[in-house]
Amino acid sequence: MELLEHYLSLATKAIFIENILLSYFLGMCSFLAISKKIEASIGLGFAVIFVNGITVPLNYLIKEFFLNEGALSWVGVPSLAMVDLSFLSFITFIATIAAMVQLVEMLLDKFSPALYNSLGIFLPLIAVNCSILGASLFMSERGYDFGESAVFGVSSGAGFALAIISMAAIRFKLKYSNIPDGLKGLGITMILTGLLSMAYLAFSGINL
Amino acid sequence: MDKKAKAIISDPMVDNNPITKQILGICSALAITVKMEQAVVMSLALAFVLVCSNVIISLLRKGIPGKIRIIVQLTVIASLVILIDEILKAYLYDISKQLSVFVGLIITNCIIMGRAEAFAMQNNYKDAMYDGLGNAIGYGSVLIIVATFRELLGSGTLFNYAVMPASIYLENGGWYVNNGLMLLAPGAFIILGLIIWVQRTYTHYIEN
Repeated sequence: MELLEHYLSLATKAIFIENILLSYFLGMCSFLAISKKIEASIGLGFAVIFVNGITVPLNYLIKEFFLNEGALSWVGVPSLAMVDLSFLSFITFIATIAAMVQLVEMLLDKFSPALYNSLGIFLPLIAVNCSILGASLFMSERGYDFGESAVFGVSSGAGFALAIISMAAIRFKLKYSNIPDGLKGLGITMILTGLLSMAYLAFSGINL
Repeated sequence: MDKKAKAIISDPMVDNNPITKQILGICSALAITVKMEQAVVMSLALAFVLVCSNVIISLLRKGIPGKIRIIVQLTVIASLVILIDEILKAYLYDISKQLSVFVGLIITNCIIMGRAEAFAMQNNYKDAMYDGLGNAIGYGSVLIIVATFRELLGSGTLFNYAVMPASIYLENGGWYVNNGLMLLAPGAFIILGLIIWVQRTYTHYIEN
């Protein structure tokens, strides 16, 4: 029960209080580009939840069993027991993510061609979506264990999905408003994101 | 330097700025602009990675098979980022601690992948180098402008030197108070939104 509570508070923190997009600015590029369309935003949001939920725990296992100092001791070769490969973490994390994205792309192409088409070029770009690599790096920096990293992966993806879907809804309404020429598109979206992130600041008072 | 090279360098500085026009690399532009010092170090790190990756990818472009080019590009970029991360940890430990995961996130900074894909894959290494340089300057200048506003308004300092005279502060009997919002996420979004407005009004660019 205590464990469940711990996971719940971690999830609330990752979704609302420390939203990966609105307070760490990760995944801004695809957020700005995709939030023009609601359907695509929903698709991307779920793709991020899915990919994050897989890659963060996967990267945890890789870090724990291959990269950390002394992690290779399970091989049984004495000279490998003290090897520290943690400097390779960037390159292994990104390789894992790229491979996973390729896999998701193939699965979507097979099972949901409509979603695959609507995501278009942005599915391969998930590989370079900062929020995916960022979640893995936060996991490694904050020293989460396996369960925590699974919860963190899914809930930081959920935070991203929530932010992008609400932004898409706001931008849909925005179509009918009169905006100064230079502010159209990117400019007003940035300012709206600022206001949205201000709203999320209200959650920071919550004490878990 | 001939005319073409000059055009390649100067175009991304104002007209085709990577952040305000191409919408690339926004994540880090927002996250590490609380202090000037971090913004300058980040710009230099990114300039190094961008120029080197553009040159290397342009030299390799004839040998890279089209289907796995993303992985090859990511590997080149990730190796360069590991290099710069180790250099920062060795010589500028404090700043590298403050930048935390954002050095690693240079890998997924869209500017680098974007320029590799859009420019370095089609052009010779000299032009690719100029393109990298121009984009790095365009990126760095936006970063430094945002950081100037945020540090000056948020903590009253520039490069950690107090700019605002101490006597005008409220606690010393004056009337002035630092704007704490500038240090938080919404401040960054709104400042960047306004900068985009100014830049687009200046270049007469209107987004549909």
